[in-house]
Amino acid sequence: MKEILKNEMKLEFISKSSNEAFARIAVAAFASQLDPTIEELADIKTAVSEAVTNCIIHGYDHKHGIVKISAKLKENEIIIEISDKGKGIENIDEAKEPLYTTKPNLERSGMGFTIMESFMDKMEVESILGLGTKVTMSKIIKPKEEEEQEEFQMLIKD
Amino acid sequence: MESNFYEEDKLLVFTITDEIDDHSVQMIRRKADYEIERYMPKRIIFDFDRVTFMDSAGIGFIIGRYKFAKMLGAKLELSNLTQGVRKIFEMSGILRLIPVAEIY
Ligand SMILES: Nc1ncnc2c1ncn2[C@@H]1O[C@H](COP(=O)(O)OP(=O)(O)OP(=O)(O)O)[C@@H](O)[C@H]1O
Ligand SMILES: [Mg+2]
Repeated sequence: MKEILKNEMKLEFISKSSNEAFARIAVAAFASQLDPTIEELADIKTAVSEAVTNCIIHGYDHKHGIVKISAKLKENEIIIEISDKGKGIENIDEAKEPLYTTKPNLERSGMGFTIMESFMDKMEVESILGLGTKVTMSKIIKPKEEEEQEEFQMLIKD
Repeated sequence: MESNFYEEDKLLVFTITDEIDDHSVQMIRRKADYEIERYMPKRIIFDFDRVTFMDSAGIGFIIGRYKFAKMLGAKLELSNLTQGVRKIFEMSGILRLIPVAEIY
């Protein structure tokens, strides 16, 4: 069956830390069209916050730059791409390790990628040194009728 | 963020009322460190009851305050962790290091 593209949006903003809240709230508002639970929405907000913060503090090192977000809604899934044209990551596997951080003195904990990975269903990182970084993540949002159906099936099972 | 100092117990309680991310944590950190140095408490509690959002910036913040408190000979505790906040702290393993005081 052909996949139906349901909706799509793009967002661009400058790398100011005050835009972190704006970005996660905007994506959450867009995602709410899939009727997620409060917890699913909180997971999406957190993952977006992590990726956007990384662009600002690591990618651009607090210097001026543009952060781009694109989000797509499919039947029961949201796919989010967050990218910068900053300094890039030398070793992606190492960067994804829990507790790995290049800024420990600035009270970073190295948990950003681990949180994105566990709060979303899929996460992929592409990066080229000197050119930038793109994080693509997706999450399945189960339609609520389906869940109700399942609950109903459970109820009438025995 | 609000703070209350209880002289008898040398207890300093911070009630965080903001979302905690890389942006907001800078102001929260400045205020916390200022108050800690001012009162030199023996016990510090961060209350998360009113925190509606927190990302990994909260982990770095608490580890930083834990080290600072330790240096000054004070004990750090967390309180009223909301579901989202708990989820983030649990991932980091800091709850094995820092006690959660349900009532204080
Ligand atoms: N967009 C990016 N551009 C360049 N480097 C990045 C980018 N995102 C992540 N990194 C690198 O990967 C490391 C790990 O990122 P991660 O988000 O897991 O931890 P952190 O940002 O250091 O700490 P935390 O997110 O817990 O505050 C970073 O320290 C940084 O070196
Ligand atoms: Mg990070």
